[in-house]
Amino acid sequence: MTASESASNFNLLVRRILHTKAAISGFFILGILTAMTIYALIAVPLDSFSQWNDPGFWIDYPKSAAPSWVNSLQPGSNLPNHIILGLTDAKTQNSSLGGIPTNSFLFNLDFDYNTYPTDFIFDYCLRYGEIPPVIQVDVTRPDGKSFMIYNSPLPSGAQSEDRSSLTEYCSRIFSTDDSIRDNLQLYTNLFDYSPDLSLPQKMIFSQIDEEVVLRGKYQFNITYYLFDTEDKVEDTKVILGGKVYGLMGTDDLRRDLSIGIFWGAPVALFVGLTAAISSVTIGMLYGLLAGYKGGRFDEALMRVNDLVISLPTFVFLVILSITIGSSIYLITLFLVIFGWSGIARVARSLALQIKNLQYVEASKLMGERDIKIILRHILPQLLPLTFASIALAVPAAILAEATLSFIGLGDPSIPTWGSILHDANTASAAARGLWWWILPPGIMIASAGVSFALIGSAIESVTNPRGGGSQSKVRFT
Amino acid sequence: MTDFLFFVAKTTAYRILVVVITVIITLILLGSAMDKLLTDRTRAEVVEAAAQDTIQFKTLSERQDYIDEQISLKTKDLGLDEPWYSPKRFVNTLFEVLTLDLGKSNFFTSDSGSSNVSDIIIERLPKTVLLFTTSTVIVVVIGLFLGTYMAEKRGSALDKSVSFAAVVSNSFATFWVGMLMILLFSFTLDIFPARSTPLTSPGDPFYILDLLYHMILPLITLVLLSFTVWSFVVRYFVSRVLDEDYIQAKRVMGIPKRKILYSHALKNAAPPILTGIVTALIASISGSFIVEAVFDWPGVGKLLYDAIIVMDIPLILGSTYVFTLIYVMTMLIADLLYAYFDPRVKMSS
Repeated sequence: MTASESASNFNLLVRRILHTKAAISGFFILGILTAMTIYALIAVPLDSFSQWNDPGFWIDYPKSAAPSWVNSLQPGSNLPNHIILGLTDAKTQNSSLGGIPTNSFLFNLDFDYNTYPTDFIFDYCLRYGEIPPVIQVDVTRPDGKSFMIYNSPLPSGAQSEDRSSLTEYCSRIFSTDDSIRDNLQLYTNLFDYSPDLSLPQKMIFSQIDEEVVLRGKYQFNITYYLFDTEDKVEDTKVILGGKVYGLMGTDDLRRDLSIGIFWGAPVALFVGLTAAISSVTIGMLYGLLAGYKGGRFDEALMRVNDLVISLPTFVFLVILSITIGSSIYLITLFLVIFGWSGIARVARSLALQIKNLQYVEASKLMGERDIKIILRHILPQLLPLTFASIALAVPAAILAEATLSFIGLGDPSIPTWGSILHDANTASAAARGLWWWILPPGIMIASAGVSFALIGSAIESVTNPRGGGSQSKVRFT
Repeated sequence: MTDFLFFVAKTTAYRILVVVITVIITLILLGSAMDKLLTDRTRAEVVEAAAQDTIQFKTLSERQDYIDEQISLKTKDLGLDEPWYSPKRFVNTLFEVLTLDLGKSNFFTSDSGSSNVSDIIIERLPKTVLLFTTSTVIVVVIGLFLGTYMAEKRGSALDKSVSFAAVVSNSFATFWVGMLMILLFSFTLDIFPARSTPLTSPGDPFYILDLLYHMILPLITLVLLSFTVWSFVVRYFVSRVLDEDYIQAKRVMGIPKRKILYSHALKNAAPPILTGIVTALIASISGSFIVEAVFDWPGVGKLLYDAIIVMDIPLILGSTYVFTLIYVMTMLIADLLYAYFDPRVKMSS
C-alpha cells in the first residue's frame, strides 16, 4: 500500500462517516456547543464567570425568577419583567441650581404588567470630598402625578486636609427604607382609598381610584446635589424587582443562569476532550506496547491494567478530589488516571494480531526500533478505532465531572452544569417546581454527551460494522 | 467440581485483594487528615473531661500542665504519638477499616443515637441494597425479554428506537433524570412524594408499605435509565448467535421460533451477555448512590452526599468503603456466573 493510496482510503472513510445520519446530527449538536463556547468567550463578561460564587455580585438580580419568555407561553400570563436600568439607559442633565452643581439622571420605563413589581432598589456610587452630596428621587407617573420619594444626604466624607483624596461611597436605597414610607405619607390623600404604606412599590404603581396597577410610562428622576465641582457620580441604577428575567431566569442566589449555562460549555468541552484524548492515547500506547512486546513484560503490564480496571472509580474520584483538590485541571487528571485502562485491553489484543503480519515482521528484521514500529506501522492501522474511542470516551468524562460537581466536589470557583444542578438539588428546586433551574443544565450535559456518542458510533459503524458495541460504552458513574 | 471450587477460591482471593488495595490507597490519601482529626478530638475530649473534673488546681499553669499530661497519655494510649504511616499504626488502621471499625462520625448519629460510623452505615445499608437489587432484577428481566425480542425483529421500529434510546440515555446524568421525575411526578402531577424518606417511624407496622411507596420514584428512575442499555447489550449478543449456522439449521428442522430464541439462542449468548450486563450493572452502582441523594432515599448514598457537604471524613471513608464492597461483590458474582456458564474460563486459569 503506497502512501497516497492509504491517504485516499482515509479520505474515503472520512467521507463515508460524514454521510451517516448519526455523524451529521452529532456534528450539528457539537456545532451549537462550539458556538456557545465562542459566545461565552467573546460576549459574556469575564467578571460574571469569576464572580459566579460571590453573592454580592448578583445582588441587583431577582431571586429565582423564571425566564422572561414564559409570558408568551401562557396566554393571559403577564408577569412583570425584572428591570435593571444603568447609566447608559439614563438621560443625564448637568446644571447648576443656585450655585450648587446638580447631576440628574432620567430613567424612562414602560410598565405594562398586571401585577406590581416585587420591590425597587436605587443603586449609587459617588466620589466626593468633605461635604456630603444630597440624593433625591422623584417619580412621575403616567397620570401626570409626581411623587418625591427620597431625599437624604450621604454620610459625611473624608475629613482630611488633602483636597485630592475623595472618598468613594457606594450604597443602595431599598423600597423598604423608612424615609420612603414617610415621604409617601404626604401623598396618601391623593388616593380614593388608603394605600398600603408598608409596600411603597404598590402605592407608586397603583391607580388613584382603585387598587389596581397603573400601566404606562413612568419616569424616575434621580438628582444628586453636589456641593463641590470635584464630586462625581460614578454609577447610578434603578432596579425594579420582577418575577421573570432574561433568557434562562435566575436561581435562589440571584445568579443569571444563562451565564452559567454558556460558561458551562467551554468547561465541559475542555474536560471531556482533554480527558478523552489523553486517556485514549495513553491506553492505546500502553496496550500496544504490552501486546507487541509480549512475554513477562506483557503479563506485568496487564496485571497492573487488570487492577486499575477492577478499582471502584467513583470511590477514588471522591477521595482524590477531597484530599488532593478539586480544580478543574485536577479533576481532568483524575479522569485520565482511571480512563485509560479499558482501551488498553482492546489495544493489546489488536497488537497481538497485527504484530504477526508480514510487514511488521519485515520492518522488525530490518532492525527498526520497537517504538518506531508501534508508532509508524501499528498505530496508523488503529486510527479509526482511536478516534471512535475518543469520541465515545467524551460523554463518560463529561458525565463524571458533572456527577462530581453534583455531589459538591467539583471546582468551586467556576460555574459548571453539574454544580448548577448541585445548587438546584440543595435548594429542592424540583419539589418547588423551579424547572428553569433544572432543565437547561441537564439538557446541555445530555446533548454534549449525545453529540460525541453519535459521532463515535458513526465512526465505529463505518470502520468496524460488527463493532464491539458494548465494550466501549463504559461510564464512570 | 474441585476445579470449580479452586476457581471460586482464586477469584474470591483476587477480589479481596482489590478491596485491600483500595483501602490501602484510600488510607494513604486520607492518612494525615485522619491523624489531625483524631488528635484534635482527643484534645477536645481531655479538655472537656478536665472542665467537669472535681480536681482543684492552685494555679492556671498547674491546670495546663495537668491537661497536657493527660493529652500526651491519651495520644500514647491511642498510638497517636507515632505517625499514621508507621507500620504498626498503618496495619492497625487497615485492619480496623476492613472489619468495619470505622471510628466516630463528627456530625451524624444513627436512629438509635450511636455516632459510630459502622452503626450508622449498617442501619442505612439494607435500604441501599433493597433499592439497588430491586431495580437490578426488574431491569434484567425487561432486558432479557426486550433484547431477545429486538434481536428477532431486527430493523423494526421498536428495535431502532430502543437502540437509539440506549445510545442517548448513556449520556443522561442519573441525578438530572431523577430531578425531572420529581418535577413531573411530585410537583406537577403530585402522585409521589418528592422526599423518599418515609414519615412513619421504623417501628410502625405500616413502615414497610410506606417505605415501598417512597421507593417507587427512585426505582422508576433507575429502571428507565438502564433498561434500554441492557436490552441493547442482550440484543447485540443474541443477534450474533442468531446468525450462526446451527441456529439456521434448527430453523430448517422446523423447531418452533420461540423455542430457538429463548432456549437455544439466549443460552448460547449467555456468557457475553453476562459480561455486558455486569459492565452496565457496575456502572449503575454509583448511579444508584447518586439517585439516593436526589430523592432523599435514606441509604448509604444519601449518607455520603450529606457527609461530603459537612466534610465528615470518617463517614465519607465508611460510605465509600461500603460502595467498594458492593462494587467488588458484584464483580465477584459476575466472575463466578461467567465461569459457570462458560467452562473454558476456569480451565484456562
